[in-house]
Parts: sequence; structure tokens; C-alpha cells
Amino acid sequence: MKTSRRDFIANAGAAAAAMHDLAHAQEPEHEHDHSVVPSDPALRVKSLESLLVEKGLVDPAALDTLIDAYERKIGPRNGAQVVARAWVDPAYKKRLLANGTAAIAEFGFRGWGGDYLVVVENTPQVHNLIVCTLCSCYPWAVLGLPPVWYKSAAYRSRAVIDPRGVLREFGLELPEDVEIHVHDSTAELRYLVLPERPAGSEKLTEEELAALVTRDAMIGVANVALPPGVRA
Amino acid sequence: MNGVHDMGGMQDMGPVQRENNEPVFHAPWEGRVFALAQAMFAWRKWNIDATRYEQEIIPPAEYLRMSYYERWLAYVTGLLVKRELVTPAEIESGRPAAGSPKATPPVTAETVPQMLAQGKSVDRNVPVAARFKARQRVRARNINPTGHTRLPRYARGKLGTVERDHGVFVFPDTNAHFLGEKPQHLYSVRFAARELWGDAAAPRDAVYVNLWDDHLEPA
Repeated sequence: MKTSRRDFIANAGAAAAAMHDLAHAQEPEHEHDHSVVPSDPALRVKSLESLLVEKGLVDPAALDTLIDAYERKIGPRNGAQVVARAWVDPAYKKRLLANGTAAIAEFGFRGWGGDYLVVVENTPQVHNLIVCTLCSCYPWAVLGLPPVWYKSAAYRSRAVIDPRGVLREFGLELPEDVEIHVHDSTAELRYLVLPERPAGSEKLTEEELAALVTRDAMIGVANVALPPGVRA
Repeated sequence: MNGVHDMGGMQDMGPVQRENNEPVFHAPWEGRVFALAQAMFAWRKWNIDATRYEQEIIPPAEYLRMSYYERWLAYVTGLLVKRELVTPAEIESGRPAAGSPKATPPVTAETVPQMLAQGKSVDRNVPVAARFKARQRVRARNINPTGHTRLPRYARGKLGTVERDHGVFVFPDTNAHFLGEKPQHLYSVRFAARELWGDAAAPRDAVYVNLWDDHLEPA
């Protein structure tokens, strides 16, 4: 990600200028000194927050709580628990595939980025892959906020036209007779892939299984594997 | 709008670049703008579709150059002004206009968990007849609206099969422009990869797209 970080910093100034022009398109008569506009997004966000707090539009403590929720609480460990439960409990798996939202709410995972959850099951015949070609829709309630690659032009453009090429870059080569189902998240439905349970994991507990389930496997760009040595 | 945001099927965007042990936010300001956007949503002055459209109207070269959270900063700023919660002069100065009233934030630290659990419901319990049913063959309409649409370009004019009717949902194409929710049935439509991309695609691969009644016609 070094390249994109560099680009990001180099381009922050241009972006700031564009924002500035946008604001001014609304108010063409206004005259001012362009040199006072901060070019760094960090400064612009700070200025915006201070304005919104002073106007009584946001509570800064609410912002702290929101950030903490997504940095510490709402992440892929949520989804991993759901997957492990489905692997060990056939009745739960049935409920999960029939109504993902309700079955996932049994864990208390619901709400933003999880109002309508659809779970799609990988089998020896079918491999599922999740994308949002139009923006960045992602099942926040079970996976947290998406990684940068999921939101990138490279992934959004190619996942639908060249899913096998994308999976190969992730180190996943699928046989030709496995059907790939790509799910483009164009509505408020959010998809979670139920990966195949790895062979040889029969003796593992639900908790041990959950520890094997990765974010990437629940997006569909990886399978779940037993680490060497954990072989039961 | 046939904008650069509608990326499905574009080529030459380079390899997917992954980052190991990626943090949730790469800089504190990213977390702040994320949280500001979520907290401002509670004012109900806009909807999720409007937040997407506001990013789609970023000029294409800028859209591609900006990072994800820079686009969030652009949309929050744009909607704050358009929905008249702040003025451009206030954005510029970072200070409230003299004599402007002070509001009370609708979300506090205590009510954040409740807000997150409540979610953003966009299904509607209204009696609207479904125009299509499961297993029906349909064609995605060939439309090129200049405003917001959730019908991606790559699916337009293509033949598919309704896999599932998800019930009645808000229609983003009008809602994004504050022109009403126009609730209607939402479906999962399966398009064969070869229908979308030609004979070079794997014969049994498929793309599933969520589309609404207004996006489809009988085939």
C-alpha cells in the first residue's frame, strides 16, 4: 500500500482545491484569499468538526464512541463466530441460510451495515465472491469496515469481469468446474460468504474453528485452511 | 449517471494491492470524518442514496485520485451545504456565522449503541405488487439516466433470471434526489457471465445483481 499512501499525500492538495471550488460554486459572488485554505485533509476535517461542534450539530464524545466501536468492537471476529456456529450446528446453518439477518441477530450483530444480511454458502461446486462495483457496500455488522483493497478501483472493476484472475492474485486457483457466483452489492442487502469447513477440522471446538476463519474467506477471496500442525 | 464510479467491467486499473495487518483507519482524521458522517446522518436531512450520489458527482479525475475518506469528506461537506445545515462561508472559516442558533446534537455518546443497533431501515411495509417472480426471465432496461441509479452499466440490456424477490424497498434512483421513496420490489437477478462478457467467460460463472422493478422488463 506504499504507492497509494504516497499518491494520497501528493494529491491531498489537489483534492482540497477541488473541495474549495465546489464550495464556491454555491456562492459565486464571494471574494476571499485562496492562500488561507488548508490543503491537508486532516486540517479540513478538524476545521469541519470544530464548526459542527460549535453549531451544536454533533457531540464530539459521540464521535469518539463511534470510532471506538469500529476500531475495537465491530470487526471480522463477529462474522467468524457466525461461520463457526454454522459449521458445528446444522440447525443454525439452516436458519442462517434461510434468513441471515435473523440468524445473525441471535449473536446480537445487527444494525448499520447489517440490516439485511444474506449468507451465501461455498460448496465443492460453487464459490461465492462479494463486491460492490458502484461504491463500497460491505457487511459492517459482521466484518467491520472494509479494507482499502475492497474499495479500490482495481477490485471493484475486475471482480465482476475477471473473478478468476482476481482470486489468482489472492492465491486462490479454482478448478474450471467450480462455478463462481459474484454478488454485486447494489442494494442495502449485505452479503457474507459461508466458507467450506476445512477437511481435518472435525475435532476442533467451535471457538477453535472461529479462530481459523479470516475476513478474506468471508468476502470470498480466500478459503479457510488448517494451519500446519493444527491438523487434527 | 455513466460516471467513473460505475466501475464494474472496466480494465487496466492495475492489480489489487493488499496491506497486511491493515488498521481500521490509516490516520486519525479518517476516523473523525467517518464518525462525523455517521453522526450527521442522525439529523435525517439526507439519506444513504444521497450520500452515494454526492460522491458520484465528484469530477472523474478527482474521484479516482481521492482516497476513500477524502470522498467522504467531500460528500459530507457537499450535503451540509446543499441541505442548508451550514453555509459555504462557515465551511471556509470553520466558525458559525455571527448570530446563528445553536442546535442540540441528536446523538450523544450514550445513544451511539442504540443508533448502531437500530440501523437504517429501507424496507417498506406497503402493498406494492411485484412485477416479476422467481425463475422469470427478465431484461435489465437499457437506461442511461444522468442522475443516480443502482443499475450498473455492465448489466443494462442484458438477459437474466430472477432468483429471489426480497420484498418492497426504497428505490434509490429517486430517493437520492429527494424525489420520494417510490417503494417497489427488489430482486436478486442472476446474469450468466457469458451474457455479460461474451464467450471468453467461464461457461457456468454468474453475477448476481440486486435490481428493482423499475430496472427490469419482461424478456
